[in-house]
Amino acid sequence: MRKILVGVKRVIDYNVRIRVKPDGTGVVTDGVKMSINPFDEIALEEALRMRERGEAAEIIAVCIGPDDAQQQLRTALAMGADRAILVKHDGPVDPLVAARTLHAIAQKESPALVIVGKQAIDDDAAQTGPMLAALWDRPQATFASKVEFKGETLVVTREVDAGLETDEVDLPAVITADLRLNEPRYVKLPDIMKAKKKPLDVTDLASLGVDAGSPAQVVRWEPPAQRQKGVMVKDAAELVDMLKKKGLI
Amino acid sequence: MYPYRAPLREIRFTLHEILHAAHHYADIGREDLNAEFIDSVLEEAARFAEGVVAPTNEAGDRIGVRFEDGQVITPPGFKDAYERFVEAGWAALCGPEEFGGQGLPESFGGPVGELFVSANMSWKMYSGLTDSAVLCLERHAPEHLKQLYLPKMVAGTWTGTMCLTESQSGTDLGLLRTRAEPDGEGTYRINGTKIFITSGEHDLTGNIVHLVLARLPDAPAGTRGISLFLVPKYLPDAAGEPGEPNGVSCGRVEEKMGIHGSATCVINFQNARGWLIGEENAGLKCMFVMMNHARLWVGLQGLAQAERSLQASLAYARERRQGRAARGGEAGTPADLIILHSDVRRMLLTQKALVEGSRILTYFAGLQMDKAAYHPDPEERRKAGDLLAILTPIVKSFVTDAGVEVTSTGIQVHGGHGYIRETGVEQFLRDTRIACIYEGTNGVQALDLLGRKVLGSGGQLARLLGGLIGAFCQNHAGYEELSDYVPRLAGLLKAWSEVTERVAQRAARDPEEVGAAAVDYLQLTGYLCLAWCWAKVAAVSIAALKREPADRGFYEAKLATARFYFTRLLPRADAHLDALDAGAEPVMALAAEHFG
Repeated sequence: MRKILVGVKRVIDYNVRIRVKPDGTGVVTDGVKMSINPFDEIALEEALRMRERGEAAEIIAVCIGPDDAQQQLRTALAMGADRAILVKHDGPVDPLVAARTLHAIAQKESPALVIVGKQAIDDDAAQTGPMLAALWDRPQATFASKVEFKGETLVVTREVDAGLETDEVDLPAVITADLRLNEPRYVKLPDIMKAKKKPLDVTDLASLGVDAGSPAQVVRWEPPAQRQKGVMVKDAAELVDMLKKKGLI
Repeated sequence: MYPYRAPLREIRFTLHEILHAAHHYADIGREDLNAEFIDSVLEEAARFAEGVVAPTNEAGDRIGVRFEDGQVITPPGFKDAYERFVEAGWAALCGPEEFGGQGLPESFGGPVGELFVSANMSWKMYSGLTDSAVLCLERHAPEHLKQLYLPKMVAGTWTGTMCLTESQSGTDLGLLRTRAEPDGEGTYRINGTKIFITSGEHDLTGNIVHLVLARLPDAPAGTRGISLFLVPKYLPDAAGEPGEPNGVSCGRVEEKMGIHGSATCVINFQNARGWLIGEENAGLKCMFVMMNHARLWVGLQGLAQAERSLQASLAYARERRQGRAARGGEAGTPADLIILHSDVRRMLLTQKALVEGSRILTYFAGLQMDKAAYHPDPEERRKAGDLLAILTPIVKSFVTDAGVEVTSTGIQVHGGHGYIRETGVEQFLRDTRIACIYEGTNGVQALDLLGRKVLGSGGQLARLLGGLIGAFCQNHAGYEELSDYVPRLAGLLKAWSEVTERVAQRAARDPEEVGAAAVDYLQLTGYLCLAWCWAKVAAVSIAALKREPADRGFYEAKLATARFYFTRLLPRADAHLDALDAGAEPVMALAAEHFG
């Protein structure tokens, strides 16, 4: 029966106002509420629904992050993942390193499917899924808004600029979850209790043989420019006038 | 209305850094309830409270409950949120495992309950009283009734009520008239009318289980002649499902100042079948288990609404610009943010100090419930039970009075925009106001504290509480950094002990002394307890700042608020000391007919 691997990234909660460190070396994370990346939650929810329909047998949640990321994995287990793997790593997670890590675990676990969020709300890179597919040399369907099994293939509706595109991919495959794929469930209290006893393995990049180097270098972090105060216009004509003056149309 | 954001950082600080909750749970044999687990529960409860419950709060207030053809219709969204609450297992949080509950210690109900009560106080009342009723039945009901009722009540598929008040019998339960007559089948027939019954009738669940105080035919007069009965709205059928109606009907739903979403009912019992709970004529004793639990819950309501008001005030003060700050303003703006004005800061700090201090005190009282029930050492159990006994009236009254002050101040911060409905902050005051009245008025709580708990124990309970605060002072004496806090706390503790002595001496001579002193005594004790909490916060924050934490601002804010509490709010304690020393005479001197 099929195994599904789900990538779960630990990010600053979407409600938190992000503050850049004064020295520009990153953003402030101490004492800040951390959560599962919302798109990864959607990815996990989809995997859970597949298992509930009998289309998968086991769901493994994987997170690359510090010790504290066990909290997010416990949440994933409480949502319903069967087991979890924490790959210990301090500092920001580069998409290529994430893809290599998931690749290494995919080789060990041989899942039928790897589902990750289409992007993480911290770096918005949207690269981990496609990079994993390339490393693993398996098909990918990104920005999925609907996923259905058809025998040993998967029919995926994708949200693209022109509208909806339907692809059929062979398994094993990589799927990245878009916002409209589903609405993740609220965790039930008894499931939080059960999650305490589910297996959570801890490993690290070196043990998996993953190269932690990346060709991408973060040079500096800075907050976006402050938004200027707006002006009220009285009608459409004045609006058009103003846009023209600013050279915007 | 400002969206509700669960104050998880504050709650974690209180539980982990001030109260060391994980150690507490280990002490009562629950090593599995570690900090990580506590945080998981809080996070998911917060998601549910913010996402599912909070959106029902405004409609609950504006539309309220409707009463049509004897049926109560709860506001839009209440039923859906309630069903999801039950399905997600939150109703069963502290319920006994034997009856399908999650078996978490009662203290979990504090922080988790705060989140739901903040999200919607009226909505939470439907399940809040059920929890108290479960405790009462678990302790006093015969086995066959437990088996029949508790699984449904623990899960939340049936709710519970407490039916005490009658039109002529409010604070004085000795006056109640509802009759119970043996029907020859081992059960009783209940006849009478109860008023102000919270959740007495509603459409959230298939059955409602009333716990009713009534008199047997040969019962002695007064409070010694009251028995407790379980009276279901529908009699369970052979399968345990709601069957025949049981002569319980709702005659009216009250229109109220606040908590419009909570059904406050007149309930008529007409030959309704009831089952005796506990011994005959010992109903009040059984009910007190439920009432003490419910009183802590009411304190929590004051805290939870105050937290909402604080959140709204902070958000508003950070976006509203009016006038120039005294020390010059922000260039390029027509006016400064009102958070820069000294008087607004005074209001915000008052709110912060009362909310955050009350949170510590309320959760601390909650932990005593666990210790009193589960601590392996019988001496510790007894001490925790005594501490809980003295803290319950303090939490109930002081925290709900603080709730009124904080929610009223929240309106003031908003100015005219707080008095109109749009911002939603006036709802917090209207909702929280009842908490000073029900489950025993705050005046009755004060009498309970001074008369029954302090003087009734010959000063023993006061010495226990004083000993706890004294031990903190001793352990922290001589630290230069705490010199603004510990000596002041120790001095107030001494003054409190001495005034307790003086009040006790006067009370021995003058029967009016206790009643005249009670509220000032309770307030004084409340300010003393909060000073203890804020001194603890100061000690913890100073230590934390030495470790150079990345979120320095959090601990600096704690220290600044502790300083504000000690210098700007604690002087109120001196006023209560003066009032106490004035004695009963100024209160009693004016003849009733000369009041005007």
